[in-house]
Amino acid sequence: MSTKGYIEIDQELCKGCEICIHFCPKHAISQSNKVNASGYPPASFDTSGECTGCAICAVVCPEVAIEVYRA
Amino acid sequence: MEKVYTRPRSLKKVTFHYCPGCGHSIVHRIMCEVIDEMNLQERAIGIPPPGCSVFAYHYFDVDMAESAHGRGAAVATGIKRAYPEAIVFTYQGDGDLAAIGTGETIHAANRGERVTAIFINNAVYGMTGGQMAPTTLLEQKTTTTPYGRDIKLEGYPIKISEMLALTKGAVYIERTAVNSPANIRKTKKAIHKAFQTQIDDLGFSLVEILSPCPTNWRMTPLEAWQWIDKVMTKEYPLGVIKDVTGKEDAD
Amino acid sequence: MPKVLMTGNAAIGEAAIRAGCQCYFGYPITPQNELTEYMAAHLSRRKGCSFIQAESEIAAINMVYGASVAGARAMTSSSSPGISLKQEGISYLAACELPAVIVNMSRGGPGLGSISAAQSDYFQATRGGGHGDYRTIVLAPSSVQELADFTHSAFDLADRYLIPVIILGDGMLGQMMEPVEFKHEAPDELPIRSRALRGAKGRPSRIIKTFTSKPAELEEINWSLFRRYQLIKKQETTYDTFMVEDARLIVVAFGIAARIAKGAINTARANGLKVGMLRPITLWPFPTEEVKELAKNAKQYLVFEMNMGQMVEDVQLALEGKGEVSFYGRPGGVIPTPSEVYKVISRLYYQKGLK
Repeated sequence: MSTKGYIEIDQELCKGCEICIHFCPKHAISQSNKVNASGYPPASFDTSGECTGCAICAVVCPEVAIEVYRA
Repeated sequence: MEKVYTRPRSLKKVTFHYCPGCGHSIVHRIMCEVIDEMNLQERAIGIPPPGCSVFAYHYFDVDMAESAHGRGAAVATGIKRAYPEAIVFTYQGDGDLAAIGTGETIHAANRGERVTAIFINNAVYGMTGGQMAPTTLLEQKTTTTPYGRDIKLEGYPIKISEMLALTKGAVYIERTAVNSPANIRKTKKAIHKAFQTQIDDLGFSLVEILSPCPTNWRMTPLEAWQWIDKVMTKEYPLGVIKDVTGKEDAD
Repeated sequence: MPKVLMTGNAAIGEAAIRAGCQCYFGYPITPQNELTEYMAAHLSRRKGCSFIQAESEIAAINMVYGASVAGARAMTSSSSPGISLKQEGISYLAACELPAVIVNMSRGGPGLGSISAAQSDYFQATRGGGHGDYRTIVLAPSSVQELADFTHSAFDLADRYLIPVIILGDGMLGQMMEPVEFKHEAPDELPIRSRALRGAKGRPSRIIKTFTSKPAELEEINWSLFRRYQLIKKQETTYDTFMVEDARLIVVAFGIAARIAKGAINTARANGLKVGMLRPITLWPFPTEEVKELAKNAKQYLVFEMNMGQMVEDVQLALEGKGEVSFYGRPGGVIPTPSEVYKVISRLYYQKGLK
């Protein structure tokens, strides 16, 4: 797990738009192969990645589904 | 570690009904961040339109009043004249503000009403299923321009913000977009400045926000976000259209 | 209070200010411009008050909606074609239970019509002229004094029942000058309506709307509005009667037509005809019960209106066949004379074999 930052993606709020995946500078987000209760495949955070807590994902998330933590 | 990003206080914890990748929820969120930062939750009165954002009052935790289609600027005028202490904003789509509401919008701006218009430009009529808007681009296919917007039949995309800039009552008009982290941050600054313009009693303020509509543009969310840069900003360039407020940008 | 000589239009303005009207939004249209101008002169500089000559009648009614949302006593005025423009806004006011006062100084129609007085907006006013099931209280003054008095009560009624109130005048009432006494002083301050939007300070945020995606919810809103309308019918139906006690023929007329009819009835009485008049003051709610009461003794009715026959339908509905209804109308802005109406009354009286 990165010591600089991590994020939590609400799996039920996420609508699988993939915008955060595109904009994450560390490519630490990918599309899950599960489907949530609304029928969307939510984004999933790669805890082994190099998240810096930059919060770009949260800024672009239309669903306010991401909370960001930074050291 | 400390939490550095969370839902703003004045954004109700309700699942958005908007499509994946829609710009409305981004704008709602950053408006609520601004409302929180400027301490406006107890003073704000918002006027959502008929349209996809008709349910804006389910998301913004401020006083809100429904308006008839296009009449937002007149309703805002009435509220502000009756109770000037309120910070009054309209939240309008391209049909609401620039088709049926053109008259009310221009004259509220011309009178310099101390209200703020948040103008969501997605080049299409979303809620009703994707018909042409005054802001639809040339050759853009919509359900009422199935062959593409034709100059001879449908005229040109309207530049309402540039038109409003000609009124002396409008003192701050900026066009932004919510299709990238940088643009989202700029939009938030513009909204902040627009509200400040009202607080400072300077005149009418408007932020035009180019917003993705993946469903009616028949694109994926990412394609829609990119289309704004690739195509839409050629017709609707981003930037300050008018600023006679004499103030530095809020930082 | 001494009486002053004023035009009807100006009297409405003065009465509105004395009722605590804070916001007036209007648009020029003949024959009510003197009212808009009066408010520009006398309301615009009052503390806490606002006057706007809006860009259209549509803008004006929506500004009234906004002012009412924020808790202010708000008024607009126009004449027939402009009132047509306001129908959407009135429907929204009624739907959201927002008080407002709308003054219609009617003129000849349809279309651009004429600038002379007519009464052809009765249906528009009493049937909830916009879309949806709703009603508005409709007051029909027939003198400058009543224009003043009813303007004052309109604001009270609007606030009490959270409903738009229409004052249905006409071009003649607006232009004529009569002595009028203003019985009220402008209040220093008015309490703020509890459901007004003034910012969510110390309370949860509030929404004013009626749109819903659940039909059952809208059904309940409609039922709740109609329960209120039942209450208004019971409590606010107002009318005037003139010499009906022994009348064999009853004229039914409202507004300026009632003034004209009164002259005709006086002539009729001088000639031994037993004629009386029922003058509805609230056109909605219509004095249905009083009509039924009169029908116990009088079976002949002459409805006289300056239109092609609108209130006559309400009289027929109220009678439920227990009386015979004749109609005399002149549309288009023509002002009938008392002697003309007397001729109609006497001809009808003898045709029906009344003694």
